[in-house]
Amino acid sequence: MELFVNQVLAGIATGAIYACMALAVVMIYQAIDHLNFAQGEMAMFSTFIAWQLIQWGVPYWIAFVLTLAISFAGGIIIERLLFKPLAHAPILTHVAGFIALFAIINSVAGLTWDFTIKQFPSPFGSRPFLGSQLISTHQAGMIGVTLVLLLMLYGFFRFTRIGLAMRAAASLPESARLVGINVGWMIALGWGMASAIGAIAGMLIAPVVFLEPNMMGGILLYGFASAVLGGLSSPFGAVIGGFLVGIFENLVGTYIPGVGNELKLPIALALIVTVLVVKPNGLFGRTVVQRV
Amino acid sequence: MSSLLEIEDLRAYYGQVQALHGLQFSLEDGSVTTLLGANGAGKTTTLRAICNMIRSTGNIRFDGKPLAGRSTEDIVKLGIAHVPQGRGTFTRMTVEENLQLGAMTRRDSRGIADDVERMYDHFPKLRERSDQQAGTLSGGEQQMLAVARALMLRPRLMLLDEPSFGLAPLVVRDLFAILARINRDDKVTILVVEQNAQLALAIAGQAYVIETGRIVMAGEASAVADNEDIRKSYLGY
Repeated sequence: MELFVNQVLAGIATGAIYACMALAVVMIYQAIDHLNFAQGEMAMFSTFIAWQLIQWGVPYWIAFVLTLAISFAGGIIIERLLFKPLAHAPILTHVAGFIALFAIINSVAGLTWDFTIKQFPSPFGSRPFLGSQLISTHQAGMIGVTLVLLLMLYGFFRFTRIGLAMRAAASLPESARLVGINVGWMIALGWGMASAIGAIAGMLIAPVVFLEPNMMGGILLYGFASAVLGGLSSPFGAVIGGFLVGIFENLVGTYIPGVGNELKLPIALALIVTVLVVKPNGLFGRTVVQRV
Repeated sequence: MSSLLEIEDLRAYYGQVQALHGLQFSLEDGSVTTLLGANGAGKTTTLRAICNMIRSTGNIRFDGKPLAGRSTEDIVKLGIAHVPQGRGTFTRMTVEENLQLGAMTRRDSRGIADDVERMYDHFPKLRERSDQQAGTLSGGEQQMLAVARALMLRPRLMLLDEPSFGLAPLVVRDLFAILARINRDDKVTILVVEQNAQLALAIAGQAYVIETGRIVMAGEASAVADNEDIRKSYLGY
């Protein structure tokens, strides 16, 4: 029993990483109805900006806030320069754009900061959390930040006019225009917010996996999986999905004989696919009720 | 009475195909006008051209201001509410959220809250269903919601694209009664495009008949209703 509890705890700790990334994925999906393959690279680049600021002697939290602002602006600029002109292009054109963006950001980061692994500080420290060896203060902090972020996003979309406008623009652009919403700017705002959330994810993940241009490769995959598991239309689902993927992965590795660290990912993903076969909209995705 | 909307030489295009061939008409402030015509005559295109949702040339002036070069959302902000064909309901959102969206261009939160209540008084069914997903409403309720959403803008001009489409005759009669009341009480000018000519002519002051992108007849609604050709083609008696 103790082993089980420990493995679940450890799973929640890694799950926080996925949950954070999944939130960014859901955010952009809400705004543009696509998954952005370059999201992980954007988050990595933001983290490098934060690292650079800290290297220059800027205190952590000031660097944190500055990085959020820069990432927000950067997301909007990317949308305006690259994706606004593609607004009416077919989906595959967008995919090509995402891949190009992925490659460009990865190379520029490598060129600027090289490919050596860098330490990234944690604002929460890395002592054992409440005496537990399985969960550190950083991981606990990360879970806390993810939950706060989730609450803020929920409040934003549920209770603010601009959040309502963003949802309207994403679901029915033409009707949104007819009530006077500037749909183009709502999409840009979605990019900015997704980019800023990605930056938070990156800054929280980097102390665990270390900072380097390829740090997000695997994590984005887990983030996508978590978001899809929880339901792409639900930020709440994405976070739960993240924790579930982390827990699945750990339990599978512990309890199924012959499954070591190498096989736990495919098995966890297989489990996710199984869930999706039963619930195609994800665990918490809103099923659209439609009269016929 | 002065003109609220003036349209001169309006031409519109879908790709290479010209859909409107120099339309000319105007709406008096406070009036109800109907635009009649068969399928494909250009009625919907005319409404879409007014809101700059398709490529068009010509002069459109609203309250003296030219609309050329303005985006759809800016035209809406001037006070033109467009209830599109198919109603444009935000089906995944609640009834209340749909009403709030209608007031998106306004900043007076007290006034908006009052207007939501007013809409619920106009359309009691909507109050019962305020927390329901709008997609679960019946066709008639969705059309009421679309009209209510448009009114939340506090428009000076409301454009309605075939509001009777797909509705039961009794529901249609209710709807037109409400439109007449809105026009009378709230002083909203209305332009309604219809295939169901009988009811539209009953509430309208002016009527225009449009065929293949050209206006072929214009006049008092009662005179249009008495015209034998119109009766045969559109009223069926």
